[in-house]
Amino acid sequence: MATKAASETVIEVEGLRTQFGDNVIHDNLDLVVRRNEILGVVGGSGTGKSVLMRAIIGLKPPSAGTIRIFGENFYEKSPQEQIEIERRWGVMFQGGALFSSLTVAQNVMAPIHEHLRLPKELAADIAAMKISMSGLPADAGAKYPSELSGGMNKRAGLARALALDPEIVFLDEPTAGLDPIGAEKFDRLIVSLKKSLGLTVFMVTHDLDTLHATCDRVAVLAEKRVIAIGSLDDVRRSDHPWIEEYFSGPRGRAALGAKERDGMRGAETA
Amino acid sequence: MQPAAFTVDIHEGLLRLVATGDWLARHLGRIDGDLRTLEDDAVGRELIIDVSEVGRLDTAGAMVLERLLQSWPDRTEVSRIVGATTAHQQLLDNIRPHLAPCEIEPASRNAFLMMTNRLGRSIAESYYVALEILNFVGLTLVTLWRVMLQPRRLRVTSIFYHLEEAGLNAVPIVGLMSFLIGAVVAFMGAKILRLFNAEVFTVELVGISVLREFGVLLAAILVAGRSGSAFTAAIGTMKIREEIDALRALGLDPMEVLVLPRVIALVVLMPVLAFLAALLGIIGGGLVAWTAMEISPAFFIGRLQDTIAMSNFWVGLIKAPFFAFVIAIVGCFQGMEVAGSSESLGQRTTLSVVQSLFLVIVLDAFFAMFFLEIDY
Repeated sequence: MATKAASETVIEVEGLRTQFGDNVIHDNLDLVVRRNEILGVVGGSGTGKSVLMRAIIGLKPPSAGTIRIFGENFYEKSPQEQIEIERRWGVMFQGGALFSSLTVAQNVMAPIHEHLRLPKELAADIAAMKISMSGLPADAGAKYPSELSGGMNKRAGLARALALDPEIVFLDEPTAGLDPIGAEKFDRLIVSLKKSLGLTVFMVTHDLDTLHATCDRVAVLAEKRVIAIGSLDDVRRSDHPWIEEYFSGPRGRAALGAKERDGMRGAETA
Repeated sequence: MQPAAFTVDIHEGLLRLVATGDWLARHLGRIDGDLRTLEDDAVGRELIIDVSEVGRLDTAGAMVLERLLQSWPDRTEVSRIVGATTAHQQLLDNIRPHLAPCEIEPASRNAFLMMTNRLGRSIAESYYVALEILNFVGLTLVTLWRVMLQPRRLRVTSIFYHLEEAGLNAVPIVGLMSFLIGAVVAFMGAKILRLFNAEVFTVELVGISVLREFGVLLAAILVAGRSGSAFTAAIGTMKIREEIDALRALGLDPMEVLVLPRVIALVVLMPVLAFLAALLGIIGGGLVAWTAMEISPAFFIGRLQDTIAMSNFWVGLIKAPFFAFVIAIVGCFQGMEVAGSSESLGQRTTLSVVQSLFLVIVLDAFFAMFFLEIDY
C-alpha cells in the first residue's frame, strides 16, 4: 500500500516557463510531487523557489508549459472549479500572512466560514483543534497577530492552512526566522502532521536541518530548472557545483554530520 | 459520496450511535446541532459510537465524534468508539489531545461601560493628540532652524520631488474643481440676483468669494485629500517596515529627511495652487456670466478691477501657506503614529485627512474673524 500511495502523482509540472517582463525565472522546468511525501525545494536566492510555489497555487500564470495539480490544469478551469481545487490545498506564506484585523482563531475560521458555511460553534471547535494541532496554546486563539511572536505567527499561518483539511500543504520557508529550538519543533510538527493526516507537503526552504529532518525528497533549483531531484543521498551524489558547495560547505557538513550521528545512534538502539 | 448521518438506538442503559456516510467538514453543519442535543438523552446511559459504516473521515469529523464521547456525562470505560478502521482509528487518536476549546476573540465587556470608556478615552486622547501635534510643530520648526544654519543639509532633490508630486500633478484637478465652483457660484448668483434686477453684482459675488475663500479652500481640500493622505501612507508604511528605525540607526533624522522636505514643498506650492484656483474660478464665473447673462468678458474684467479691492486677493493668498503647513504637519504626524498593522495605517490615513480638513476650516474661521477685526 505504501508503494502505491508513494507512486501517485499529485503535482506535475512540465516545461514550465515563468517570467517577469524579460526576466526569465524558470525555463523548461519539470517537477513531479507524489502523494504523501514531503518535498523540499532548495536553491540559491533568486532561483525562483517561491515563484515556483506561486505558479503552482495559481498566483503566477506561467508563460509556457503546463502545471497539473490533482490531474487538473488549474489555469484552464472556470472560477467555480478553481475554488473547488483551491479548497484542496493549504498555503502558509513566509511571514504567516495572517489577516491583521482578525484574531488567530478568526483567521483560522475565515476559510471555514467562507467555504463550508458551518454553524459558528462548530467552526470554532474546528479552529480550536487546528490551533492546538499547530502547537499553539489555547489562549493564543483570542490574540491578534501583532501580539504574537514570529514563530507563533508561523504556527497560526499553518493552522489556517490546515483549516479545510487540505491534501497538499505549501510551506514557504517555514523555519526561516525561527530559533533553532522552535525550528526543530516545527520540523517535528510537520512530520507528525504528514503522518497523521496523510498530507503531501511542498516545502520551500533554505534550512539544511529542516531538509534532513523532514524531507522524503529534495528538488534543487538552479539554472532556471530542477537540476536534481531525489532522496537527499541521491541529490548529494550529484556533481553539480552548486549542489556540492551547498552540501559540502561548513553548514552543510555540520547538518549532515549531525544527521549521520543521529542515524548511527538510531541503528544502535534498534 | 454520501453526506454524514447517524441513527440513535437507546436500549436501557446504553445509547448506541451508528454513524454512516462521509464524515467530512462540509457535511457536519447539518448534524452538529442534533449531536449537541444528544446529551439530553444521556442521563445514566453509556455511549457507544459505531463508526464501522463511515466512509471517509476528516479531522473535523473525527473531532465531532471524539468531542461527543469526551463530553459525555457519567461516562465509564464502557463508552467508546467502535468499529474504526486502522486509518480512522489513527486519525481519532491523533486529534484526541486537541479537543480543548479556545477563545475566539478577547472577552467583551458590558456594552454601556465600553461606550463610556471609549467616550472618555477619546476626549482624553484629543487633548493629548493636540499636545503631540504642537510638539511635532515645535520639532519641525527646530529642525528647520537647524537646517537653515547648515543649508547643506537641506534635501533639495526631495523637496523638488514633492513639489512635482504634490504640486504640479495636482494642477489639473485643482484647476478643474475651482473652474466648476466658479461657474456654480455665478449660476447661483445669476438666479437670485435676477430677482432684484441686480445681475451685474454677479461679478462681485464671484470675485470676492473665489478670491477670498473658495480658491484657497479648494486647493487646501484637494491637497489634504491627495497629498496629506499620501504623506501618512508613505511614512506609515516606512514605519511598519522599520525604515524609520533604520534611518535613526544610520544617524539620520527622520524629521530632517522625511518631514521637512514635505512641509517645505507644500508651503511653497500651496500659494501657487491657490493662485491658480482663484484664476480658474474667476474664469469659470466669467464664462457663465458671459453665456448665461450676456455680461461680456471685457465688462466683467473691467468691473472686477473697479469694484474688488486687491485686499481680497491677498487675504486668499496669505492663508495658503498656513493651510499647507497644517496639512503637511498633520499628514506627517499621523504617518509617524502608525503602529504595527496595516489596519492602523488605514485608520491613520483617514484620521490625517479628517484632522487636516478640520484644522484648515477652523484656521479659516480664525482668519475670517481676524481680517474682519482689522478691517482688511
